[in-house]
Amino acid sequence: MTVMTKSPILTLRGVCKSYGLTEVLHDMDLDIYAGEVVALLGENGAGKSTVSNVISGTVLPSAGDMTWQGARYAPANPREAIDLGVGMIHQELLLLPNLSVAENIFVGRYPMSGGRVDRRKMEEEAYKGLDRLGLEISPRRAVEGLSTANQQLIEIAKALTLNAKLLILDEPTATLGVDETRLLFDQIDRLRSEGVGIVYISHRLEEIKKIADRIVVMRDGEKVREFDTADLPVRTIVEAMVGRPLEKMFPPLAEPAQEIVLKVQGLSAANGRFSDVNFEVKKGEIFGIAGLVGAGRTDLVRAIAGADPIGSGAVLLDGRDVTPKSPEDAIVNGIVLVPEDRKLQGLVLDHSIEENIAYSNRESVAQSGWVSRARIRDFAARNIQQFGVKGIGPQIADELSGGNQQKVVIAKWLARNPRVVLLDEPTRGIDVGARSSIYEIIYALAQQGVAVVLVSSDLEEVLGVSNRILVMAAGEQAGILDHTEANDVSVMELATR
Amino acid sequence: MNATGGTVRQKANFANIFSLRGATGPLIGLLLLCLFLTIATDSFFSLRNFLNILDQITVLGIMAVGMTFVILIGGIDLAVGSVLALSMMVLGYLNVTAGMPMAVAITGALVAAAMCGAISGLLITEFKVPAFIATLAMMSIARGLANMVTNGSQIIGFPPWFNLGAIIRHGGFLTTTVAVMLVVFVLGILYLRYRNGGRELYAIGGNPEVARLAGINVKRKTVFVYTLCSLLAGLAGILLAARLDSVQPSSGVAYELDAIAAVVIGGTSLSGGTGGVVGTLIGVLIIGVLRNGLNLLSVSPFLQAVIIGLVIALAVAAETFKHRGK
Repeated sequence: MTVMTKSPILTLRGVCKSYGLTEVLHDMDLDIYAGEVVALLGENGAGKSTVSNVISGTVLPSAGDMTWQGARYAPANPREAIDLGVGMIHQELLLLPNLSVAENIFVGRYPMSGGRVDRRKMEEEAYKGLDRLGLEISPRRAVEGLSTANQQLIEIAKALTLNAKLLILDEPTATLGVDETRLLFDQIDRLRSEGVGIVYISHRLEEIKKIADRIVVMRDGEKVREFDTADLPVRTIVEAMVGRPLEKMFPPLAEPAQEIVLKVQGLSAANGRFSDVNFEVKKGEIFGIAGLVGAGRTDLVRAIAGADPIGSGAVLLDGRDVTPKSPEDAIVNGIVLVPEDRKLQGLVLDHSIEENIAYSNRESVAQSGWVSRARIRDFAARNIQQFGVKGIGPQIADELSGGNQQKVVIAKWLARNPRVVLLDEPTRGIDVGARSSIYEIIYALAQQGVAVVLVSSDLEEVLGVSNRILVMAAGEQAGILDHTEANDVSVMELATR
Repeated sequence: MNATGGTVRQKANFANIFSLRGATGPLIGLLLLCLFLTIATDSFFSLRNFLNILDQITVLGIMAVGMTFVILIGGIDLAVGSVLALSMMVLGYLNVTAGMPMAVAITGALVAAAMCGAISGLLITEFKVPAFIATLAMMSIARGLANMVTNGSQIIGFPPWFNLGAIIRHGGFLTTTVAVMLVVFVLGILYLRYRNGGRELYAIGGNPEVARLAGINVKRKTVFVYTLCSLLAGLAGILLAARLDSVQPSSGVAYELDAIAAVVIGGTSLSGGTGGVVGTLIGVLIIGVLRNGLNLLSVSPFLQAVIIGLVIALAVAAETFKHRGK
């Protein structure tokens, strides 16, 4: 390990952060060396975000010292951190869609000449930054319409034009597909070889094994383990994160019944996002849908749930044609969708948990259209308990953690006792603990004889949970694999076909 | 950020216990205002004056109930003042000029008003015209139509009993017009709080996509809400005609702004999803009591406008401040 002989570019010693009486970060020590990728791991609320916010100057530590390239380091705000060469790429991209790429890179610090913005210089500098990342994007085009991966890379280019020596990447691959992730990793490798230090936060352990040099595991605001290599079994890492030995993440699969519940026949989207998809899901079967981002997986399940218009083809339930024209049609027939984006499509964030649950169970909480508060409360409380939501009915949905919000979305649909449940990325951005309880819910559904359709970008998840896997590629059905023949190679072969 | 959830949660629960769904602040404001006017004037605190205030707020109150529905789903309706005028002119034309029975005239006026709302609603849902623009267009169209009925002149000559409905106090207490307003308020409250249809409005205002995926027919509901709002504006027009015993096409100019102000003062969020008719009732009363009190204090109408503007700004600022505190 050559890096160990050098002195670190960033050190944290005894850094603490409290909000009132709550301590969210306790006595944190951390060293980051030039030219290495350090993965910062932990469940939600473990303190990863606090660490990165302290380093990037977003929050001020309550105690402790930091040094940056040998000198004392106490950024009062993100601006100071950026000026010193510490860049943070946030999980939510902060680009302005209508401005050009170059304008986004230089926003707030446009190069001026004679009182006017020097567009030429700006575009040249932007081009240099993009070129360093090997990106072939015109600095003049608008950001709108670029893929998420490219937008992410533009954020990185922005940090690079600021001469960043340390980059903090917060869940950069959360919305990226396999190809895009590979592209990002190539760039991270390049930066690493140029001596940039990188702090990498992610929930995806498989990719951390690929990209990270070292792993720092946090739990409850403290650093609990440090591994000098990322070449570890996932299990070891997960156990360090949750602080206890794990039972197997994916229990053995049950055999589904022979009876076919859902049948999709020659289904095509009205907007052409996918075409001619055919499959059947049996009673009690967990049917995975894999594929790259943009392959049409989300569009497919949304169409089956009536959320997007269907161009041609049919959806059959128990052999009966139930092709939906609206979400209402699908719901009435017992087909429900847990959508991809829980914050934008799953929940009314500033309403309470019980109201959210009531919105999709309007008949259950009303008698001939008359709603009573008490009935809403009882109904919600039962389902909150059943699906293990950590919260109470009157609590505002926005206050819950991501995992608990997802459980509320699942609860509000499963309370209807559906026949078919379509889950779109149900564990995205959710910590390991909440994730395994969502798997438990999925298994329980299958056991009750529900037909479950699971869309996921997490290959390990699709492989571990599904009885069969439909692989989509560029809007086409590339093939259906049985779990006995499915592995990451066979799925990726089909997905990239 | 996650770890601060605990303290945030406690604060929110604390606020929930003491908040009548966001209408507490306005209610306290109203009570303070009444207290002040009771001390500052001799004539404010009397049954007679209270009944006066109720008479004065009938038109605004009914329009504000419809506006509450629209704002709850995250919309806005700028056309209600013009729709009110159109309804009045149709009423006058059918009853006085064409000599039809009052029942027919009232029905005609309400249908004309409701159609304006339905058209606004369809423009918004089917042609994706922003609500602000669609109802701005309808504001101009309805005003133009109202003027076209008589070429701009007023109509008088309603049957005598019509005007008496706004004057005679049944049981020494309630005029027919005030009774109609109270019924509208009660129905509005019941609908929003205890009907599934009303709860759906909160879902739509909170997040239309979540509402749609929950099986709510958002488009149909939106058209319904704009139609209802216009219908209520039409009803308000009929009551105004009864009060004035005449109709003229220039009635109701800028009434939409009063209605929006009352709704917003009452704590309904302009971004939709929170609020209700109880708050609006308080908002309407604040505007009514303020106007009445300022008149009793002989404040000039120009200064009155300034004060009412300040109250609107203050009420909304207080609400925003409270939210930031959370």
